[in-house]
Amino acid sequence: MTQPELDPVLEAEFQPDVTGDGPVISARDVRVWYGTTRGAIRAVDGVSFDLAPGETLGLVGESGCGKSTLGRGLMGLLPAGAKRDGEVRFRGEDVLTMSPRDAHRLRGSQLGMIFQEPMTRLNPLLRVSAHFEEAIRQHEPKLPKREVTQRALDALRMMGIPPTRYRSYPHEFSGGMRQRLMIALALVLRPAFIVADEPTTALDVLVEAQIVQILNDLRRDFRTSLLLITHNVGIVAEACDRVAVMYAGRIVEQGRVADVFAAPQHPYTRELLRSTISLRTTGLNFIPGSPPDLIDPPPGCRFAPRCPQAMAVCATTDPITIERPGGGQVECWAVGPTDLIPAGGTARLQQEELAVADEA
Amino acid sequence: MTGSTGTGSLPRYILQRILLVIPMIWVILTLVFVILRVAPGDPVSAALGGKLDEEALDERRAALGFDRPLIEQYWDYLVSVMKLDFGTTFSDNQPILHVVRDNGGATLSLTVVAFLIALLVGIPLGLVAGRYRDSVPDVAIRLFGILTYAAPIFFVGFLLQAYVAAPLGLPTSGAASPRTVFTVEPTTHILLIDVFLSGDGAAIEDVLLHLVLPACTLGLLICGVFIRLVRVNILQTMQADYVEAAEARGLDRRKVTWRHAFRNALVPVVTVIGLQFALLLGGAVLTESTFNWPGLGKKLVDYINERDYGAVQGIVTLFAVAVVLISVLVDVVNALIDPRVRY
Repeated sequence: MTQPELDPVLEAEFQPDVTGDGPVISARDVRVWYGTTRGAIRAVDGVSFDLAPGETLGLVGESGCGKSTLGRGLMGLLPAGAKRDGEVRFRGEDVLTMSPRDAHRLRGSQLGMIFQEPMTRLNPLLRVSAHFEEAIRQHEPKLPKREVTQRALDALRMMGIPPTRYRSYPHEFSGGMRQRLMIALALVLRPAFIVADEPTTALDVLVEAQIVQILNDLRRDFRTSLLLITHNVGIVAEACDRVAVMYAGRIVEQGRVADVFAAPQHPYTRELLRSTISLRTTGLNFIPGSPPDLIDPPPGCRFAPRCPQAMAVCATTDPITIERPGGGQVECWAVGPTDLIPAGGTARLQQEELAVADEA
Repeated sequence: MTGSTGTGSLPRYILQRILLVIPMIWVILTLVFVILRVAPGDPVSAALGGKLDEEALDERRAALGFDRPLIEQYWDYLVSVMKLDFGTTFSDNQPILHVVRDNGGATLSLTVVAFLIALLVGIPLGLVAGRYRDSVPDVAIRLFGILTYAAPIFFVGFLLQAYVAAPLGLPTSGAASPRTVFTVEPTTHILLIDVFLSGDGAAIEDVLLHLVLPACTLGLLICGVFIRLVRVNILQTMQADYVEAAEARGLDRRKVTWRHAFRNALVPVVTVIGLQFALLLGGAVLTESTFNWPGLGKKLVDYINERDYGAVQGIVTLFAVAVVLISVLVDVVNALIDPRVRY
């Protein structure tokens, strides 16, 4: 799969619709529900974003906010009982409505995925070589055997794994090496888009830095677009072009990493950044309360019950997505649009009352 | 663990495993020896007491070496077992090896065929039940598995004899009709094989027909175990991380199911096959009694009733050795399938 070489200033300017070849992935109002006996859990509830070739979008948020579900939803890897809706276009084709056969063909060859737990993601009974060969054969059945091996070895070499290990079994590798194996497996067919679901969470910091470096090299070398799901804000700063902050199934703020981190608009983004632990951290910061029940979320802004800046309007009316000052989007009544806030809506929200009502 | 030579060396593992057999067999031999000596009364008076006078009994004891110190008897026993001499029966003075040869074949063929039935029925049913969890076939298969597993052998045997044998004209007793037994040359002493070697069509049919009911009875019993085991393992592997990862690489459903879910689900089955097989060698007793099958299990019961300690010691020793060898075989097969075992 070759892509036309575009202007070399990949990392600098990302104006997806202006670069000429449009976004690789374009998600509009994506929703994912999990059916349960209590009702449908709205794990992802109207998410939209674009991803240009070679761009890395960091998806951050606390556990259970729908990050992983969104990643799997894009890949079509949701468990039975999950439903998805909205529009996900891969190079203009709608992935959600295409035939299962076509969706299957895309997976692995065009859409790749890297998982959180490298230790359990390889079949313990199969050699590394078998994993590579079955993946390559699936998508390019006519490729001669020598070529298949060559491609696999190339992918391994890129990840710093020597060809002598090609015939080894998964249990003969360390965690960091297994994650590199998983990345090599995801890359061997050169997909244009990769979902990396917390690829470094299970690894120690040194290996983490190494993997982040590898992911960084990817977009430079192959213009691979990456959706990097993480709860580590540091990795986003290090490896991403843009960042999307997710809360309770919605992206509450997204924009270029430098812009968002320098001047977070949404109170949740601000709190998330304040909670980040660094060497200078002297006291731990956390956001009181917990995310709302996603089966029947309260009206208005989902962060309102925990928001330090909540206003009366936040508890009654869904916030509207607006352009961030400085680029990107944000949805928060505190940012705007002020002219749509009903009279008296800017009054301070009584949060204790709401918390009690919530529990009742 | 690391380095390209790290893949556990299979020959070395097999050698280790085989060397371990020696102490295992030694422990078993010692146990058999001790248990039979600890039992009250000596073997000769147990078997022949009341039939012969005291003098004749002493003569017998001396001839069999029971008057010598225990340690000498123990040593003789070990040495003779090493020479593959398992002694003779007291009651009819036959070499144990001949008893085993003449009756073991029937037990072995019954067990093997029952096992084939159990595997051929149990594994596919388990796979279907696990793959299509909570569907109608799954519920039906699970019910079938529980019923066959819970039903006592003799009960199923009687049901089959009463309601299946008659309409189908199947024989309900013995391993073959007398004509077959007398005409077939005992080349291997395993009737099932001899009859095929003889090439006598009528005899082959006769032997196979005799095998149907006992083998099905025993096979159905074990097949319940496999249905449940395979089903549970499939449910687990279908949820495994590596199965999802394989799906993420776009492998088609069939390949994911076969190569990643089914294959991995069958690993524990190998171990259970070994355990069940060992259990069956002895447990065929019930089936053999129900169907009057001329096997070793039935013979063993006969000898126990006659208090023939020599026969019991010899047959139990052979059974024990067979079970140990099967467990080694299972380990080796496991190592062949699962590379992680080889360490």
